[in-house]
Amino acid sequence: MGTTATSKSRVTAGLSIARKAQNAVMGSLILLATLLVVAPLILIFVYLIREGLGAINLDFFTKVPAPEGETGGGLLNAIAGSLSMLAMASVFGVLIGLAGGIFLAEYPRHPLMPTIRLVSDVLSGIPAIVMGLVAYGLIVLNFGFSGFAGAVALGFLMIPIVVRTTEEVLKLVPQTVREAGLSLGLPQWLVTLRIVLPAAAGGIITGVMLALARVAGEAAPLLFTAFGNPNVNLDPTKPMSALPLEIYRGATSAYDENQRMAKAGALLLIVLIFVTSLLARRFSRKI
Amino acid sequence: MSGPARRLPTRAGMSSGSDTAFRYLILALASVIVLVFLVSLYLLGKDSWPALQRFGVEFFTQRTWNPVTGIFGAAAMITGTLVTSFAALIISVPLAIASALFVAEYAPRWLADPVGYLIELLAAIPSVVYGLWALFVIAPVLAKWQITFFNPEYPERLALYTKCAGIWAQDQTTLQCFFVPSSGAGRGLALAVIILTVMILPYTASVARDVIRLVPADQREAMYALGATKWEVISRAILPYARAGIMGGVILALGRALGETLAVAMVIGDSQDIIKSIWGNASTMASVIANQFGDAQETLHRSSVITLGFILFFVSVAVNLLARVLIQRLTPQGVK
Repeated sequence: MGTTATSKSRVTAGLSIARKAQNAVMGSLILLATLLVVAPLILIFVYLIREGLGAINLDFFTKVPAPEGETGGGLLNAIAGSLSMLAMASVFGVLIGLAGGIFLAEYPRHPLMPTIRLVSDVLSGIPAIVMGLVAYGLIVLNFGFSGFAGAVALGFLMIPIVVRTTEEVLKLVPQTVREAGLSLGLPQWLVTLRIVLPAAAGGIITGVMLALARVAGEAAPLLFTAFGNPNVNLDPTKPMSALPLEIYRGATSAYDENQRMAKAGALLLIVLIFVTSLLARRFSRKI
Repeated sequence: MSGPARRLPTRAGMSSGSDTAFRYLILALASVIVLVFLVSLYLLGKDSWPALQRFGVEFFTQRTWNPVTGIFGAAAMITGTLVTSFAALIISVPLAIASALFVAEYAPRWLADPVGYLIELLAAIPSVVYGLWALFVIAPVLAKWQITFFNPEYPERLALYTKCAGIWAQDQTTLQCFFVPSSGAGRGLALAVIILTVMILPYTASVARDVIRLVPADQREAMYALGATKWEVISRAILPYARAGIMGGVILALGRALGETLAVAMVIGDSQDIIKSIWGNASTMASVIANQFGDAQETLHRSSVITLGFILFFVSVAVNLLARVLIQRLTPQGVK
C-alpha cells in the first residue's frame, strides 16, 4: 500500500507538466485529424452545389443530353435508366436477400447455414467491377448490352447488404413473439411471414434503402453491361444509361457543357443518396 | 399448448407439410447466394483460361502489357494496385483511428452522433463523384505544387533537396522518383493515393469506433482512478484492448482500396509501365479493367483483362476472410 501511494504521488507531482502537455497535444491532434477526415465531405458538397446547382432546372429533368459541343439538354435518359435498373435490381436483389436473411435468422441450426452466411459475407467484399465482369459473361455475351444486364450486376451487389440487415433485425424480434404465434396454432411459416416479418419491417426497409443507396452510385459494373444510351430507353433488353455513367462520361469529357452536366448529375446523385440514407436512419431509429 | 413452442428451432409437428415446403423455398432462394458465388468463380475462371494458359506464371511477373504485340503481363498493374492501396492505408489508418477516438472518447453526445454520421456519409459518396472531384479540384492544385516544388527544371532546387535528403539518399537517381512530374496535369499515382485515402477512411473509422465502444468501462475507470490522463487511458487501456478489432477494420479498408475502380481509373493516368515516379502515371488492376475491357476485342486481350478481375476476386475473398477472423476474435470477449 505504501509503495502505491508514493509512486502515485511521484507520478502526479513530478511528471504532471510533461504528461499534461502530451495529453493536450494528442487531444489536439485527434481533433485536427477528425476535421481532416470530415473536410472532404464538406468540400465535395460545397463544390458540387457551386458548380452544379446552376444546371439543375426543368430541362435537366426533361431533356436528354445535347450533342457533343452544344449547350443545353438534360439527363432524363440517365434518370430514367437509373430508376428502371434500380427497380429491376431490387426485384431479385431484395427477394434473394430477404430469403437469405430469413434463412440465417430463422433456421440457425440448418447444416447449410454457416456456408450461406460465409458466402454472403465474402460476396459483400468483391469489387463492383468484378461483378460487372460476371454479369458480362452471364448476360451480355449471350444477349448483348442491356439494362437488364446492368440490373443483374446491381442486384448481385444488393444481395449481401439486404441479407445482413434482414438477419440482424429478425434476430431482434423477441422469441416470445414467435412462441405466441405458434401457441395460437399457426404453422411456423405463417408465424415467420405474418408475425415476425411485419414486426421487423422497419429494419428490413432500412436495409433495402441502404442497399439501393449503395448501388445507385455504382458506375463501374455498368460500363460494360448497361453500356449507356444517349436516349431515353425503358426497354430492358436494350442499352440503358444511368446517372453514374453520365457523370463518368461527362467528367472525362473535354467539353465544358458535358462537365457541367456531370457536376449537376453528381449533385443530384449524392443528394438522393444522402436523403435515402438519412431516411433509412430515421426508420431504423423508430423501431 | 406449449408443445410447438418448445420445438420451435426444429420442426413444428402440427403442420409439417407446409412448413417443410416453406423451408425448402427459403433454402432454395438463399442458395442462389452460393450459386452467384460459384457462377462468378466459374465464369471468371473460364474466361481467364486462355491468358493463363498462354502466359502461365509469367502473367504475374511480366512487365509488358501490350495489346499490339499480344504480350500481356500484369506486373505493372499488380504493383500499381499494391502501392496505391498500401500507401492509402498508411495515410488513412492514423486519421481513421483518431477520428474514431474523437467520436467515441472525446466528443460530447450532441457532437459525436453528427460527426459519426458525417464520416459514414463519406462511404456513401459514389466512386465516380470522388473521381470527378479529384479531377477538377485536387488535380489542378497538385499540378501547381509539382511546378512550384518538384520541378526538375530548377537545378538549384533539386540540389537543395538532394542536400537536405542527403542522410537517406546519396545520389540523385534515388530522389528522381520525386522529381519526374506527370504529364497529365496533376493526374497520376499521387492523386490516386490521395483520393483512395479519403475513400477508405470511413471503413476503418467506423469499425474502430465500434470496437473502441466495446472496451469495458472498468478498463477506463481503473486507469482514471490511478490518476492517468485521457491520452494515457487511450494509449494504454483502450487501443491495446481494441487492437485486433481495429486491425480487422484496417484489412476491410484494404479490401476496398484494392478493388476501388472508377475514382482511381479517372485520376491515375492509365500507364501500363511499372511505376517510376510518385507523380507519374500508373494503373491498377481495377483501373485497367474499367479503361480497357470495352475496347478489348481480341480474345487474348479480353482474357487477360478478365484474369485481372479473377485475381481481384481471389484477393478480395482472402482479405475479407482475414478481416472477419480478426473482428470476430475481438467480439466475444468484448461484449461482456
